[in-house]
Amino acid sequence: MTAAICLEAVDKWYGTRDKPVHALQATDFEVRQGEFVVLLGPSGCGKTTLLRMIGGLITPSHGRLRIMGRDLWNGHARQSSAVSDLGMVFQEANLFPWLTIEDNIALPLELKKMPKQARLERARSLTKLVGIAGFEKRWPRELSGGMRQRAAIARALSYDPAILLMDEPFGALDAITRDQMNIELQRLWMETGRTIVLVTHSIAEAVFLADRIVLLSPRPGRIDKVVNVPLSRPRGLDVQTTAEFQDIVRDLRHRLEEIS
Amino acid sequence: MIVTQVNTQEQPPELPTDRIGFVRYMPWITTPLLCAVLIAVWSLYVAKSGISPFVLPAPSAVLQAWLDMLQSSRAWNDVLATVYATLAGFFWAVVAGVGLGVPIARVRWLEQTLNPFIIASQVLPKVALAPLFIVWFGFGITSKVLIAAILAFFPILTNTVLGVKSIDQGHRDVMISLNTTRWQVFRRLELQSSLPYIITGMEVGIVLALIGAIVSEYIGGDYGLGHLLISRMNAFETDGLFAVMIHMAILGFIFYFGISALRRWLTPWHDSAR
Repeated sequence: MTAAICLEAVDKWYGTRDKPVHALQATDFEVRQGEFVVLLGPSGCGKTTLLRMIGGLITPSHGRLRIMGRDLWNGHARQSSAVSDLGMVFQEANLFPWLTIEDNIALPLELKKMPKQARLERARSLTKLVGIAGFEKRWPRELSGGMRQRAAIARALSYDPAILLMDEPFGALDAITRDQMNIELQRLWMETGRTIVLVTHSIAEAVFLADRIVLLSPRPGRIDKVVNVPLSRPRGLDVQTTAEFQDIVRDLRHRLEEIS
Repeated sequence: MIVTQVNTQEQPPELPTDRIGFVRYMPWITTPLLCAVLIAVWSLYVAKSGISPFVLPAPSAVLQAWLDMLQSSRAWNDVLATVYATLAGFFWAVVAGVGLGVPIARVRWLEQTLNPFIIASQVLPKVALAPLFIVWFGFGITSKVLIAAILAFFPILTNTVLGVKSIDQGHRDVMISLNTTRWQVFRRLELQSSLPYIITGMEVGIVLALIGAIVSEYIGGDYGLGHLLISRMNAFETDGLFAVMIHMAILGFIFYFGISALRRWLTPWHDSAR
């Protein structure tokens, strides 16, 4: 089976000729289809840079990036066939305040010229999937932070991408809502069988969600090590009190202290 | 030991009475009342001081002059001329202001190139251009439309630039991640997101367009409310002068509330529409 995401010697330089910044060293990595991968690391380790490169928001300086076997970049042109396999969720929900919730969710479909009836039907079924049914006609400002983020996830899922890329999606939420959203995200992932790559700086969140954790270290950003999380699914919040969970968390924390 | 008596019943304490209803309807009573008082004072002053009606006519005379104006077809033609010059000027100001504002906000070198010119023409009192335009374009409607357009143009331009610059980077990221075309970004994000700003510019612009139309009618041509005002002044018809001012004020109100209605219709999602 082709890898969902394949990076070959992908690196990223920022800055100017006089003051170059190596944001990410040449990186080789593969994400398998249906896998839940979490990118974890201290700030400045290039985890967001890496995710935004996979999402096609920034261009890699060198290397080759393939999504479901297709090249994401052809020269400086983003390949729409590869981009349509990607759904992005950001730290902020980034809903358009001038669109109702259902119109926000259906926006990608509208841009792809899907007829109104069909796309609103799709939006309605997605609000059920992410647990905000009944809020279709509301403005984004009328929803809580957690509900807005659910709508953002629904929008990313609307055109049925194979891969969901999430950049600290629950970072702006309170701890209780965050736990709840992690449970829901796990359910969503198990129900839909998508590939998910998620960025976080919370060790517990990483261990709770991931099949594999990619630990990144800063200056310059690079992959430090990859940790498997063999805990059985579905995981409940109580898994966090098990010795196995806490062992993984402890090892990761020690390693993080060493590298940051 | 002092034992305070505890009220075990679930009763709210004495809460203030609901005064929101009264406060909401109060302006509907107080504002007309204030108007009535002002008119009464004016009336009384004219009657007691014996001031010449050429300087200050009585409110009743102004009312009569205004009612006469409503029945005069000549005056209605003047109203129409002013409305046309204002709206046509405003229309071109919106087209030019939004059409130039979006690229200026997006292209940095364009902004840097044009900024000195924009600032220079901002500080120049634009009504000073009116005589020049009459020299160039004659006493016809063209010079009036142009003056109205130039006055309305700048607030619309500057607000459009501000609006496009204030677009959330996160919203742009969403559009990029959806692999949208340049036109889709303009149509679905930039225009929508800056619409509240553009409408704010239009609110200022429409009133300035009216001023531009009236001022250019002062100095040239033989129609329009501005022209009518000057001819009333020359004829020492001070009550008629007031009547034209009432017309102008009503026009200003109608234009302004037209734009406010546009705001509620186009941007019901924005705080400014609530």
